[in-house]
Amino acid sequence: MDQNRLLHIVERAYEGTIEEQDDQALWLVAAMKANGAGQQAVILRGAATSYAVQGHDASRFSVGGVKLGHPPRLEEDVAKLIAGGVPVYLVQEDARARGIEAGELIDGIKVIGRKDVADLLVEYSGLLAW
Amino acid sequence: MGKTLTFAIMEPPYEAARSTTAFRLIDAALSAGHDVNVFAYEGAVSLTNSKQTPHANAIHGTTVDTEQHPTTKDWVSALFKKGDGQDGRPKLDWVLCGLCMDERGATENVPGPRRGSPADFVKFIAASHNLVAIGTR
Repeated sequence: MDQNRLLHIVERAYEGTIEEQDDQALWLVAAMKANGAGQQAVILRGAATSYAVQGHDASRFSVGGVKLGHPPRLEEDVAKLIAGGVPVYLVQEDARARGIEAGELIDGIKVIGRKDVADLLVEYSGLLAW
Repeated sequence: MGKTLTFAIMEPPYEAARSTTAFRLIDAALSAGHDVNVFAYEGAVSLTNSKQTPHANAIHGTTVDTEQHPTTKDWVSALFKKGDGQDGRPKLDWVLCGLCMDERGATENVPGPRRGSPADFVKFIAASHNLVAIGTR
């Protein structure tokens, strides 16, 4: 299989991100890149469109006085993927439905319409839906 | 000649139909003679926990023996028998994400699965004809 064309579809969001101090899907994309996975791309859809919004701050989270050692900074994780050559697409209708405006997004996000998703899928040989 | 398929799974046991669906697909792939690689990520590392123990069911009115409840480790062990790579049978390779095991304390497993990392997942993909990733919700 052509390992060089993998597309991750990330829709589930903020599930376990506090306990993991990471998003599980975004972490795996970065880990796979570090292990030679070749060209990957990410589509943020549904609730995960929030990952491209600036200003995530979980630093005040505490349970019983125990704080996070490395609070998740999900928009920074997305930005690192982009800086590392992983295109990150965001489905515009899903973001709009959540009140997310273009000015709130981090730099480098490729905003696409829902109708463009199918065209993107056929460009990749491996599809991983998280 | 059989192909090689890779599955990535995330669901912990007993919470959703996704793990059952994954087992059925893997079983069908082995039955069709295909080699199967599994990367068990996050909660899925608990599917093979050797400490899983069935229980009686007062609502069903059953004992442990009569409830006959296979736990998920039993299904995985059965899949390994089917995919032992011997006498022309296909080969099942099952890698558990090591960091995921550690943070869950899920370090005791039935024979068959092996500890690994995303590096193994990348190698699996490179060696496969196709890939199915079944995430979690």
